[in-house]
Amino acid sequence: MPKPLFVIEDLHVSVEGKEILKGVNLTVERGEVHALMGPNGSGKSTLAHTLMGHPRFQITQGRVLLKGKDVLSLPPDERARQGMFLAFQYPVEIPGVKVRHFLRMALKASKGEEPSVTEFRKQLFEKMALLEMNRSFSERYVNEGFSGGEKKRNEILQLAMLEPEMAVLDEADSGLDIDALRSVANGINKLAGPHMGMLLITHYQRILNYVDPHFVHVLFDGRIVRSGGMELAQELEAKGYEWIAGEAVA
Amino acid sequence: MAKKAVEAPQADYAQKYGFRDSEKPLFQARPGLSPEVVKEISGMKEEPAWMRDLRLRALEVFRKKPLPTWGGDLSGINFDEIYYYVKPTDRQVRDWDNVPQYIKRTFDKLGVPQAEREFLAGVGAQYDSEVVYHNLREELAKQGVLFLDTDTALREHPELFREYFGTVVPLADNKFAALNSAVWSGGSFIYVPEGVQVDVPLQAYFRINAEKLGQFERTLIIAEPGSYLHYVEGCTAPIYSADSLHAAVVEVIIKPGARVRYTTIQNWSTNVYNLVTKRAVAYQDSIMEWVDGNLGSKLNMKYPAVFLMEPGAHGEMLSLAFAGKGQHQDAGAKMVHAAPHTSSVVVSKSISKDGGRSSYRGLVKAYPGSVGAKASVRCDALVLDDDSRSDTYPYMEIEEEQVSIGHEATVSKIAAEQLFYLMSRGLSETEAATLVVSGFIEPVVKELPMEYAVELNRLIQLQMEGAVG
Ligand SMILES: Nc1ncnc2c1ncn2[C@@H]1O[C@H](COP(=O)(O)OP(=O)(O)OP(=O)(O)O)[C@@H](O)[C@H]1O
Ligand SMILES: [Mg+2]
Repeated sequence: MPKPLFVIEDLHVSVEGKEILKGVNLTVERGEVHALMGPNGSGKSTLAHTLMGHPRFQITQGRVLLKGKDVLSLPPDERARQGMFLAFQYPVEIPGVKVRHFLRMALKASKGEEPSVTEFRKQLFEKMALLEMNRSFSERYVNEGFSGGEKKRNEILQLAMLEPEMAVLDEADSGLDIDALRSVANGINKLAGPHMGMLLITHYQRILNYVDPHFVHVLFDGRIVRSGGMELAQELEAKGYEWIAGEAVA
Repeated sequence: MAKKAVEAPQADYAQKYGFRDSEKPLFQARPGLSPEVVKEISGMKEEPAWMRDLRLRALEVFRKKPLPTWGGDLSGINFDEIYYYVKPTDRQVRDWDNVPQYIKRTFDKLGVPQAEREFLAGVGAQYDSEVVYHNLREELAKQGVLFLDTDTALREHPELFREYFGTVVPLADNKFAALNSAVWSGGSFIYVPEGVQVDVPLQAYFRINAEKLGQFERTLIIAEPGSYLHYVEGCTAPIYSADSLHAAVVEVIIKPGARVRYTTIQNWSTNVYNLVTKRAVAYQDSIMEWVDGNLGSKLNMKYPAVFLMEPGAHGEMLSLAFAGKGQHQDAGAKMVHAAPHTSSVVVSKSISKDGGRSSYRGLVKAYPGSVGAKASVRCDALVLDDDSRSDTYPYMEIEEEQVSIGHEATVSKIAAEQLFYLMSRGLSETEAATLVVSGFIEPVVKELPMEYAVELNRLIQLQMEGAVG
């Protein structure tokens, strides 16, 4: 049997001595889209950052396997080269660095070879069209002065260009107006394919009207407390997180 | 992020740029400075008496003036051990084929002829104290543009020369201007007639190649009304065991409606004292722009100035300094508003790394009557580790009330979140830090001619490799 694409096993994570993740288990196969929902502060971004290797988070227990190999000891750049990607909830500004230049460097760094200038341009403009982005956007400095929606689109553009095997999207939908939401969701749908696994972190069911996840999980207080299909998201939307809170203590 | 082993900032500098020629120059003055040495230099050049006398007067001033006590530490300079004049060849060569082999090899390594083939208008390449290679495109000559080494200009255009020489930086201006006036040799002389637009950059490549050699080039630029010119100088120097002194003087005269841009990328080896006086006078509605990139040297003290003499004159300074291990970059600008409705903009970007120190030292002065003058100063410092240092000394002398002066200064580090973001896209820690640095200096780099922008980014990359805090 082939190894699963991505496995999180009993993951415990602390920040500054405080335990945030208290034993997370999750398996994502190629071609699957998993939605991870949960209230503010439940540990969603902590999980996302930990998976990508942010040095601030201390792993006290557990394993994260990508294609059967534990990645927890690898630095973020190595994880990226092995096929991981994180779309940030709050992408940082890199003043003075053009989106175009950044994407080219990222492609070169993660794929190990640099595409020709013409090939790169062609690819870039294709993906920008897919996300309904204006070409002039590639001349702007990374995230500098971007609106919330532009930042999110820029994250999805990177996803489109880098074509990772395992993508974690941390609130790709928050702060988007309805049109932006539709084009970001469209982009996600087109990019998610049989070769890619996706973990879609979100607060709201809203984006799930456009993107059909195969599984829905609820993270609460550092643990996945419920897993199911779309009906779980709908139930959550109707009853609110308090419903889960009530169950969790019960 | 994990701290990696720290390497010397220019570990492969010796290999890449530090090549040296062992062949003997044709003439070399005795080390140290005296009226005899000055007369000897003047005599070798067969100069008119007025220049010899000016040199001797300058020597007196140099001897009387004390070393500056502000700025950087100058105590390491031993003036008696410096050779004040070295002449590698005894004649001027315009044709590349006639350039002596050993000099050519050096220039080949520096890429001068290639650069020329691409889009240079003319190349003035300075090797030791004498310009040995000088080429001026024919179209420019036809337009009446003069682009000569300064010694030749004195011989061939004595009246023009005497009219302007020393009018912007008088010999008694400061100790190092006096030293330069006493022993100057080489440099560029540019004259652009009224209304002539020189649309390709004029370039010169400077290089020090003799131990304990002081290099004292003198550059004089005259832009007649309505003319335009962009002068570019790039410098690299080999590594030496003894300290070297570079004390240049640059004078620029911009007549009404003219515009001059003066771009410098300097990468002296890290034992060079670089003490340069650069000054421009700008008349009505003219524009002077300094673009100044300082990477090398042990101590760099350089504060290019624009004297805004008549209404509508505009001065700009874009400065970039990189201070690595053992380096002190003390750089800045002086903007002097001496007329109404003059304006100036200073943008300074500095990077300190591996214990390097960079200081911004600038002056904005507004004389009484400079009504409506506008000045803005922006200094951004990036400090890459805890051993490094950055300071700002912004002096303001405002003697007119109806002016608008703005000053902003920031000091920052590379944020851990920036490194993480870039590394999550596959960039190594060093690549990530280098990219942040290259973005930081982008406002300066984007103003450079393309080949210089590429070269500068490459030099920054060299400096960044192997050490990130
Ligand atoms: N650097 C830190 N220091 C201390 N506590 C932290 C730090 N980072 C995160 N936390 C805490 O960890 C918990 C989980 O935060 P996290 O950002 O993972 O939540 P989230 O589920 O992504 O929330 P949101 O929906 O608001 O994005 C919170 O209580 C937060 O305050
Ligand atoms: Mg979050």
